Amino acid sequence: MILEMKKIRKKFGGLEVLQDISFDIDSGEVVSIIGPSGSGKSTLLRCATFLETIDGGDIIYMGDKAAWTDEQTGGAVYANAQKLKKFRGYCGLVFQQFNLFPHYSIMKNITDAPMKVQGMGREEAEANAVELLRKMGIEDKADGYPYQLSGGQQQRVAIARALAMKLEILFFDEPTSALDPELTGEVLKVIKQLADENMTMVVVTHEMSFAKAVSDRVIFMDGGVIVEQGTPKDVLENPSEERTRQFLSVFER
Amino acid sequence: MEFSVMLSTMSAGMLRTGAIFALTLLGSLPLGMIVALLRKSRFAPLRIFIRVYISVIRGTPLMLQLLVWYFGPYYLLGLNIGGWRFPAIIVAFVVNYAAYFAEIYRGGIESIPQGQYEAAQVLGYSRAQTFMRIILPQVVKIIMPSVTNEVITLVKDTSMAFTLAYAEIFSLAKQISASQTSFMPFVIAGVFYFIANYAVEIVMARIEKSMDYYK
Ligand SMILES: Nc1ncnc2c1ncn2[C@@H]1O[C@H](COP(=O)(O)OP(=O)(O)O)[C@@H](O)[C@H]1O
Ligand SMILES: [Mg+2]
Repeated sequence: MILEMKKIRKKFGGLEVLQDISFDIDSGEVVSIIGPSGSGKSTLLRCATFLETIDGGDIIYMGDKAAWTDEQTGGAVYANAQKLKKFRGYCGLVFQQFNLFPHYSIMKNITDAPMKVQGMGREEAEANAVELLRKMGIEDKADGYPYQLSGGQQQRVAIARALAMKLEILFFDEPTSALDPELTGEVLKVIKQLADENMTMVVVTHEMSFAKAVSDRVIFMDGGVIVEQGTPKDVLENPSEERTRQFLSVFER
Repeated sequence: MEFSVMLSTMSAGMLRTGAIFALTLLGSLPLGMIVALLRKSRFAPLRIFIRVYISVIRGTPLMLQLLVWYFGPYYLLGLNIGGWRFPAIIVAFVVNYAAYFAEIYRGGIESIPQGQYEAAQVLGYSRAQTFMRIILPQVVKIIMPSVTNEVITLVKDTSMAFTLAYAEIFSLAKQISASQTSFMPFVIAGVFYFIANYAVEIVMARIEKSMDYYK
């Protein structure tokens, strides 16, 4: 098991954004998370990637506890800084808004973290980057800067930047929502390609046909809970919950 | 007094003006960054102290601050520090300009999108790495026009050292004009300030251009 999330709770002020969320991600699995806006999908990914701290529950990476519930207080406790650094190294996140570093060339966007965080040598980091850019279909952009690229190209650089860290699992938070419709295809294509290579991925998306085509499992969230999960066929074509049916009906027009 | 004699007498004043200018920048540019960061400290008393400091500095005339730094040690602490005039000037200028630079830095830092911090954190950059490698370079580009303004103001503000009878170019011009009943010293001083600021503009434009490679 790459990741186990157990009874994750998260509050913002008085608002319970995540209520007892539990799921596992197996090695090589591709899981899509769908659900209406405000249902807590982003918060869930941000908790899994340590951008937000949980209020309760367990986060277990590769069988090793990153966070757990304190028996006495009922609150969450995190592993020490050294261990968290290791857990952070397991996971990557691709943002809706790309968040490339505008002052770095495409090459440096991809090589800087491996070199400065993991201590990789320049030659190896650059060779990896070239290989990743080739895979993303933008090997000719290495010397360019983010502002010179289209949104679809920028998002592919962001994916390459994440993959350069040699992750165990990659999270995507609506990776195509900021893109013009004609550019979503090129990004979905590389994610599909990664799925074919058995990369472990969790993708928050509103692209139902994509979710159907690539995921092993679909999770439907609403109001901070997992309403149902199962194979894409079960959840998307034959949902057992009324709320899921209602949500999906919006996409059928 | 011959023109050439006047010019060479005044050139000593130009050097002193240059010294105030250079030492003020050397001290206040980095100090301003420290102040900007402390302003966001998690330690509330420190945060409040910094806010009071910035607001007092901006709310009182630099000329008055010069007098306070120069006479303060004697009147407040009974200290008689030999040769305190020049150091007092530098301290007053550095403390004053650091407050203004701190506000410029703060504006720059706050304009960097949260997503930059988050992307860096997920990639495993430490807080220090995130600031030095990702945030600061972008801040520098953003604040350059405001810094240029401030530096040009500083060139002119050095004349306030006149308050403490320090013989920089402005004081000398006034002195020599009175003793020689001549208008020429003011012309020389004016041309000097103008050329100095012209040089500042050229240098800053170069720096801005060097950061033009991205948007
Ligand atoms: N930093 C925050 N502070 C306060 N409330 C937040 C914060 N982030 C998200 N929320 C709230 O949490 C809920 C879930 O948000 P989010 O996880 O972004 O949902 P989704 O990604 O499914 O649209 C929303 O009601 C949102 O307003
Ligand atoms: Mg979201």
